[in-house]
Amino acid sequence: MADSHNPLEQFKIIRHLHMDVAGIDFSFTNSSLWMVIGIALVTLLMTQGMKQRALVPGRLQSMAEVLYEFVAGVLQENAGKKGMQYFPFVFTLFMFILIANLLGMLPIAFTTTSHIIVTFALAMLVFVIVNVIGFMRHGLHFFSLIVPGGVPWYMLILLVPIELLSYLTRPISLSVRLFANMLAGHTMLKVFAGFVIGLGLIGGWLPLAFIVVFTGLEVMIACLQAYVFAVLTCIYLNDALNLHH
Amino acid sequence: MDPVAAKFIGAGLTAIALCGAGIGIGNIFGNFVAGALRNPGAAPKVFPNAMLGFALTESIALFGLVIAMLLLFVV
Repeated sequence: MADSHNPLEQFKIIRHLHMDVAGIDFSFTNSSLWMVIGIALVTLLMTQGMKQRALVPGRLQSMAEVLYEFVAGVLQENAGKKGMQYFPFVFTLFMFILIANLLGMLPIAFTTTSHIIVTFALAMLVFVIVNVIGFMRHGLHFFSLIVPGGVPWYMLILLVPIELLSYLTRPISLSVRLFANMLAGHTMLKVFAGFVIGLGLIGGWLPLAFIVVFTGLEVMIACLQAYVFAVLTCIYLNDALNLHH
Repeated sequence: MDPVAAKFIGAGLTAIALCGAGIGIGNIFGNFVAGALRNPGAAPKVFPNAMLGFALTESIALFGLVIAMLLLFVV
């Protein structure tokens, strides 16, 4: 098949502006372009939406308020009152991932979150921040996170390495979850789009209907994955804030 | 065996991951529907948890896809 029919072709990074700083590639790519577009849209939504501060919110203000209250509710529920001081962090993460996932659903748009390096950077950011918070609040006592309570000491020899490993794989599972969901969804849509072309005018309607249904599902998954990322961030924050909940 | 053939067979074998994900997602929604029918008042409260469970289970299957990708493009 021709190269343009390759379902993975949509994830290709294209350099728009070449930039090399001290041997490191800082090029402005299509990935960076869509990140900038996403951040601009979110900033526009939040600033324009909250400009009037009306008691009875208009359409834009309702959208901003619903998103704000949703994330605040998730954080409150999972990390408690103490977690609310990290609200800006969780909200920024949620909005960035949400807008990146949703923009990716547009035709010809590039999905920034379909690249493991982007999601891994986000997950690593969460991991590092959670660790810093944990060590700042509890000092070396933070290590008790990997020691499960109420277990006989000889079981600890087995359980502590397992807990440590599961703790250290958190950024990997967090990033791979988001990246694989985006990659799989977009690849599947493209594969079925290929079937539409292949089956032609007579048989192509069935995969087309399938694509329509799955585009709806993909929009849902785009929102759901942003939610999952935010919830897991809240749960990790809760671990660091309240040891042995 | 030809290493290239083994690579493709391995990538195909990762589709087994779907088996567990199918069972998992079926469990989640089956139990959600059962619970929602018994106590319809609690259904809206449990629904976000059901969706969270769905997303977490689904991504476990996608780890299989990542292994397939690694086998096809990295190894």
